[in-house]
Amino acid sequence: MTDPTSMESLHFAFDGLHPRAQFVPILVGVVGSGNLEVLLEPLAGSGRCEIDIRTSARGFGAIWEAVARDFHSRHRLAGVAISINDMGATPAVVSLRLDQAAASLPATQACPTGAQP
Amino acid sequence: MNAPQGLWNLQAQGRARRLARAAAALGPQLRGKRVDTAAAVQLLTTVIESGDRVCLEGNNQKQADFLARSLTGLDPAQVHDLHMVQSVIALPEHLDVFESGVASKLDFSFSGPQSARLAQMVSKGQIQIGAIHTYLELFGRYFVDLTPQVSLVCAQSADAQGNLFTGANTEDTPAIVEATAFKSGIVIAQVNEWVDQVPRVDIPGDWVDFVVLAPKPNVIEPLFTRDPAQISEIQVLMAMMAIKGIYAEYGVQRLNHGIGFDTAAIELLLPTYAESLGLKGKIGSHWALNPHPALIPAIEAGWVRSVHSFGSELGMENYVRARPDVFFTGPDGSLRSNRAMCQAAGHYACDMFIGSTLQIDLQGHSSTATAGRIAGFGGAPNMGADARGRRHGTPAWLKAGAQARQGRGGVHAMPRGQKLVVQMVETFREHMQPAFVETLDAWKLAEQAKMDIPPVMIYGDDVTHILTEEGIANLLLCRSDEEREQAIRGVAGYTPIGLGRDRRVVENLRDRGIILRAEDLGIDKRDATRSLLAARTMRDLVRASGGLYDPPKRFRNW
Repeated sequence: MTDPTSMESLHFAFDGLHPRAQFVPILVGVVGSGNLEVLLEPLAGSGRCEIDIRTSARGFGAIWEAVARDFHSRHRLAGVAISINDMGATPAVVSLRLDQAAASLPATQACPTGAQP
Repeated sequence: MNAPQGLWNLQAQGRARRLARAAAALGPQLRGKRVDTAAAVQLLTTVIESGDRVCLEGNNQKQADFLARSLTGLDPAQVHDLHMVQSVIALPEHLDVFESGVASKLDFSFSGPQSARLAQMVSKGQIQIGAIHTYLELFGRYFVDLTPQVSLVCAQSADAQGNLFTGANTEDTPAIVEATAFKSGIVIAQVNEWVDQVPRVDIPGDWVDFVVLAPKPNVIEPLFTRDPAQISEIQVLMAMMAIKGIYAEYGVQRLNHGIGFDTAAIELLLPTYAESLGLKGKIGSHWALNPHPALIPAIEAGWVRSVHSFGSELGMENYVRARPDVFFTGPDGSLRSNRAMCQAAGHYACDMFIGSTLQIDLQGHSSTATAGRIAGFGGAPNMGADARGRRHGTPAWLKAGAQARQGRGGVHAMPRGQKLVVQMVETFREHMQPAFVETLDAWKLAEQAKMDIPPVMIYGDDVTHILTEEGIANLLLCRSDEEREQAIRGVAGYTPIGLGRDRRVVENLRDRGIILRAEDLGIDKRDATRSLLAARTMRDLVRASGGLYDPPKRFRNW
């Protein structure tokens, strides 16, 4: 089991669009080398999307922020808490898992397909 | 060099002297062309002269390993300063001959497994590299200024006349032997067995001087086998984009795939994803390709009309025998490969090359060079080069050429086709190393190894498309260095190069179709799952082949 103190912790918060009603927590991915787990839980009464990251790959804060920011501009989630448990996945895999998780949310409104130029 | 006194057959005289020396030294150990295994080192000692150019079959796959080992047994006091010319530096013995001083100069094409040691020996002054080549270029020089005096080749079997059967792994042998035999050189072959009659004549006995039975079968590496279980979702996504965004868009019927998991994923998506797009018969009909196990499902589903191969692939022999309408086989039923001809086919008769790389810079120059390793190029520079001598048209070639020339004047106004050259790479490699860089490591390597120019695998002006998990950059449509740079940044994702993009320019490039994202191609990234692969395990491949494919032991994981 990985020593928790060797993991890096990061946190990002964004203002979202349409606050979500309660939903059953969503888990995608597996914690394996080069992979990650993404857990979505409701954040009742919040207009925000909070992203909590624990990663074994230290020193990539700027990239995590860019990935998180782009994810948020695609989905603009609100009332959602995202927890990531990462074992060195590349940004491509992280984005893919986040999109997979967001796609599993109950459809309460049309998702903006925010453009990444 | 031609003699000033008007002697014009010095090479033939030299050849006669070498043969006479060998006969005298070997005595009863030489019967006809047959040399006793125990006399191999002595044969080489008497036939090779100091300073000779010696070609040794270090091919991409098969190795004349017994002759390589025998060469290391030479006494440098007797034979020294050989100039080795060979396709691949694959075995430790290929470098051992330089350590002992038997050889001092090297011209080659590829050195994968020995690249670090090669770099060390060059820096210590133990090896002088003439040049690193692409395969067809090196073969061409065998007929110009690198003709071997002695060639050490590798065959499956021989008969008493010296006819050689090289079989599925014929590879470089015909080119090497032709150049050597017809310039008074000496051809020595190691074989795995003696036969009364070879199954077919791959190399005529007239062209062969000596044959020696190797103590064990020659080494052959299964370089092109990829276990589908290791293909990732990202690779599936990139394969989907390749198929829809390039193969379908240009109508690519004739192609070559570079080695790797990326292209294996494309091969495994043909009977599934490409089928669902209605592309069967419209893409992927004719291949310059080794017999990739990953192509089996596509062949079985009727996609493939022909495959010509550079070499073979261990375990595919019986499958190939059972599919003679697809592969090039002899009257004996086994594959006949030919690297020189397959490289020529890939250069002139294919409309697209697609392969992976390690680094791409802001002009699109693509390189696999790493500091501290001299790995060379193999076939990629040839396969991935626009074929400027080509004159016949196909829709794909004409479309690419038209895109490149649209709106241009001067010399570029003349209508012409262009080969599609696609570089496929994930933006981050292992250990989060970016694939996109400002300065290729090739520059540093050139300095370290004192090369004339940086060793670039495919030049930026030959690259037509860069494909990453972030999308496709179409360089054919770029009209300035700035557009090209931003197009590359636009698919470089979260690497420093990618994060340094000019967002407005990249948005404009996307509007113009120069950058295509998965969404622009109508691809939902969440559809990119391994379930799209026609085979997900080695066992699936065996099943798809009806049990004909027999994977090498290391791939048998069930």
